[in-house]
Amino acid sequence: MTQEEIYKKVANTLVEALNVDEEEIQRGSRLQADLGAESIDFLDIVFRLEREFGIKIPRGELFPESIFQGDPDMVQNGKVTTKGLSELRQRMPYADLKRFESNPDVAAISDLFTVELITKYVEGKLRSGN
Amino acid sequence: MRWIWIDRFVEFRRAERAVAVKQWSLAEDLFACHFPGYPIVPACLLLEGLAQTGGILVGEANDFREKVVLAKIARAKFQREVMAGEEISLQADVLYIRQEGAAIQGRVCCGDELIGEAEITFAHLDQSRSQQIFGDRNFVFSGELKNLLQQSNMAPATSP
Repeated sequence: MTQEEIYKKVANTLVEALNVDEEEIQRGSRLQADLGAESIDFLDIVFRLEREFGIKIPRGELFPESIFQGDPDMVQNGKVTTKGLSELRQRMPYADLKRFESNPDVAAISDLFTVELITKYVEGKLRSGN
Repeated sequence: MRWIWIDRFVEFRRAERAVAVKQWSLAEDLFACHFPGYPIVPACLLLEGLAQTGGILVGEANDFREKVVLAKIARAKFQREVMAGEEISLQADVLYIRQEGAAIQGRVCCGDELIGEAEITFAHLDQSRSQQIFGDRNFVFSGELKNLLQQSNMAPATSP
């Protein structure tokens, strides 16, 4: 399956899960800020991706829960520390953190979850055969 | 008002499928204003009946340890109205049950006629946080809702 085919299937999945129009979805669309996703939608999205692509998504793998849990080594003054960024890279290897690293505001972590991120995640899962 | 929108279970297959029935009597208070001279069941109560059927199915799958709450109805579609006096069946088929929550495909039927469908997602409340707020008591499955299975003599059975 090509990346374009994966993207189209991911977009269709989000249309179903979030009740948004196909035209609203772009690669850079943020799930929460642009597409109006709420926390329960993540569970729904995970289920639909598993069904659509025939993959298994363990709890917290695509949408990590409480990554830093208030750990001061990870977050200081509302910014993710170097150690926190390293943790983020490890937990979300499929995320593009370049822009986030220039201003690692902890409140902006939710903006990392885009249609593109999900597409890359699924691509990685399909490639690894998991 | 008692918030039970199932009369009894007629089928229960653990973690798989549950079917409950409900007969809507014209004597129900809600028909006084919904609507005078045209007694139809509010679709939201049909959805609540489906959610109760599916919620008990999902809750029983984990021996009622989880606090199962209705979280999302991704879509719901009804073909026609349900009138007072009709007996309907509320059918719930498990789509998935995970640690975080579950979903069912629900159908409302009158005999063989499909009246409505809905996909319903349930969340399992975070155990540690809900314990802080609500204590040990499982407020979802206390009293009547949990007893419905016993009242219907539907001892849970695993599928062959």
